[in-house]
Amino acid sequence: MRARDIPPSAWIGIIGITVTAGAAVFAPYVAPYGEREIVGDIWEPMSSTFLLGTDNLGRDLLSRLIYGARTTLAVALAASVLSFSIGITLSFIAAATRGVVDQGLSRLNDLMMSIPTLIFALVLLAVLPQSVWVLILVMAVLDSTRVFRLGRAIALDISVMEFVEAARLRGERTIWIIFREILPNALSPLLAEFGLRFAFSILFLSTLSFLGLGIQPPTADWGGMVKDNKDGIIFAVSAALIPGAAIATLAVCVNLVVDWLLKRTSSLKGGRDDG
Amino acid sequence: MTIFSSDVTKPASTPAPPGFRKRFPLATLIAQRLGLSALLLVAVSILIFVGVEALPGDFASTYLGQAATPEAVANIRADLGLDKPVATRYVEWLSGALHGDFGMSWASHASVSQQIANRLGNSLFLAFAAAIIAVPLAVGLGMVAVLFRNRVPDRLINVVSLAAISLPEFFVGYLLILFFAVELGSVPFPATVYRGMPLFDRLEAIALPTATLVLVVLAHMLRMTRAAIISVMASPYMETAELKGLPSYLAILRHAVPNAIAPIINVVALNLAYLIVGVVVVEVVFVYPGMGQYMVDAVTVRDMPVVQACGLIFASVYILLNMMADIAAIIANPKLRHPR
Repeated sequence: MRARDIPPSAWIGIIGITVTAGAAVFAPYVAPYGEREIVGDIWEPMSSTFLLGTDNLGRDLLSRLIYGARTTLAVALAASVLSFSIGITLSFIAAATRGVVDQGLSRLNDLMMSIPTLIFALVLLAVLPQSVWVLILVMAVLDSTRVFRLGRAIALDISVMEFVEAARLRGERTIWIIFREILPNALSPLLAEFGLRFAFSILFLSTLSFLGLGIQPPTADWGGMVKDNKDGIIFAVSAALIPGAAIATLAVCVNLVVDWLLKRTSSLKGGRDDG
Repeated sequence: MTIFSSDVTKPASTPAPPGFRKRFPLATLIAQRLGLSALLLVAVSILIFVGVEALPGDFASTYLGQAATPEAVANIRADLGLDKPVATRYVEWLSGALHGDFGMSWASHASVSQQIANRLGNSLFLAFAAAIIAVPLAVGLGMVAVLFRNRVPDRLINVVSLAAISLPEFFVGYLLILFFAVELGSVPFPATVYRGMPLFDRLEAIALPTATLVLVVLAHMLRMTRAAIISVMASPYMETAELKGLPSYLAILRHAVPNAIAPIINVVALNLAYLIVGVVVVEVVFVYPGMGQYMVDAVTVRDMPVVQACGLIFASVYILLNMMADIAAIIANPKLRHPR
């Protein structure tokens, strides 16, 4: 694969993700002010001192946006990596062993998926103590149900192929079959799914923070920033829309890359390209 | 795409006698699906009540907050009935819920059912208004996209809907508020509705929340509709229709649409179920007095009876919608009617 084989839409996505990730990593160097530093008046308009204006407490919006990228990206990434590890491991075990384990896991998965994700998360967060780790864990476990369903379908397809049969006849253990035979052949579709889950995690985290149940202040986080500044809307202050737009842009970028990955996978399989 | 149908219809939860099954395959399938949903509802209620109790965090200490001395905790536990075994309380809770009694709120000491009775109607009204606009629009646009596949209208719809999927509900909501309520001043904000409000005022109040929901759900539904029709278009009989010289709109109308009905019904129901969830965020944005706002407030103060009641109702609506989708798909799909 060469750089020019990547379509322009995917390039836009890659650039957007890189810029956000760069801002997140180098936040202390890029941000003009501190994350929690009160530097001006409440809801000052955009100016040369405050490029995006100030927020509801007089903190610089651009600086908070940059530090917020840190929190949002880190938590969303942690949640999607964890949900993937849980989902893939369990689904591959289910597909490789079949029988009772498969039945049990699949029915449990059906049960968990029969409650809408947000509602389930709300019920759980009402009980569990408030911390970032709990938040990541709740997001990961709820999201892993989707990964499980896809992973199981893919692994079932692969586990009936000849080379897996050959490995079984050689006497390889289940762990070997899962990680050395099934996983490498499932990577391509799973990569696209990872992107989708990541975009979903960003939106989900932002939604929870917006509802006041995600990242807690004063830590900057994009969804929480929308919540902080939402009262400004009535006075035509657009401070709440800027972090909202950041969330949307990042999600669009991830989706653009995923779209390209999905198309690539389907053309690799030689299927009819469905646009 | 079909999150529910394929996997869930299979397990034979209610084994019918073989004679009956052979003579009425359709009725058997539907009966199985009904039985499965009932089972699922019971399991979900157990999960929401018992499963939540198994998690770390003691209700009584949560309820008291900072003032949690051991005696006070013991008193409160007795007061709220938390000292009884979980199974007893679950049965009491469920039988109460079945009679429409969800107990007392811990925060306001008012009847949960009364609050819900006021708010459930508001939420359903909002979701219903959004569905009436979004469903025909999504199916229509999905067909347009297929008709002009890989040409300008299709690409436009594709790009715009991809962007729209990525927009969080609250962003769309505040954008609409800023333009229509603040700048133009043409619609009221916040979207307050009250009992006995005239229908026209009520419709005006929910105009922006409805528009937000429609925008959010439209893109999903449209893309899934398009994918459903396209997968039908890839089948051999569509190639035959093309080869025998049928104009493409006739081929779509006569051959693709009847076969795409089942997947489209599925898409619609899935997204209606999604609407139920989208309502939560949209209600908070527009300060609309519905179930979603009630639940979020309750979660913030850890008012468990309210959270469990709302959770159960939202989950039930979701399960029922999915069940209706599956049953509609079973009826619409001749292949499912005669399983081999």
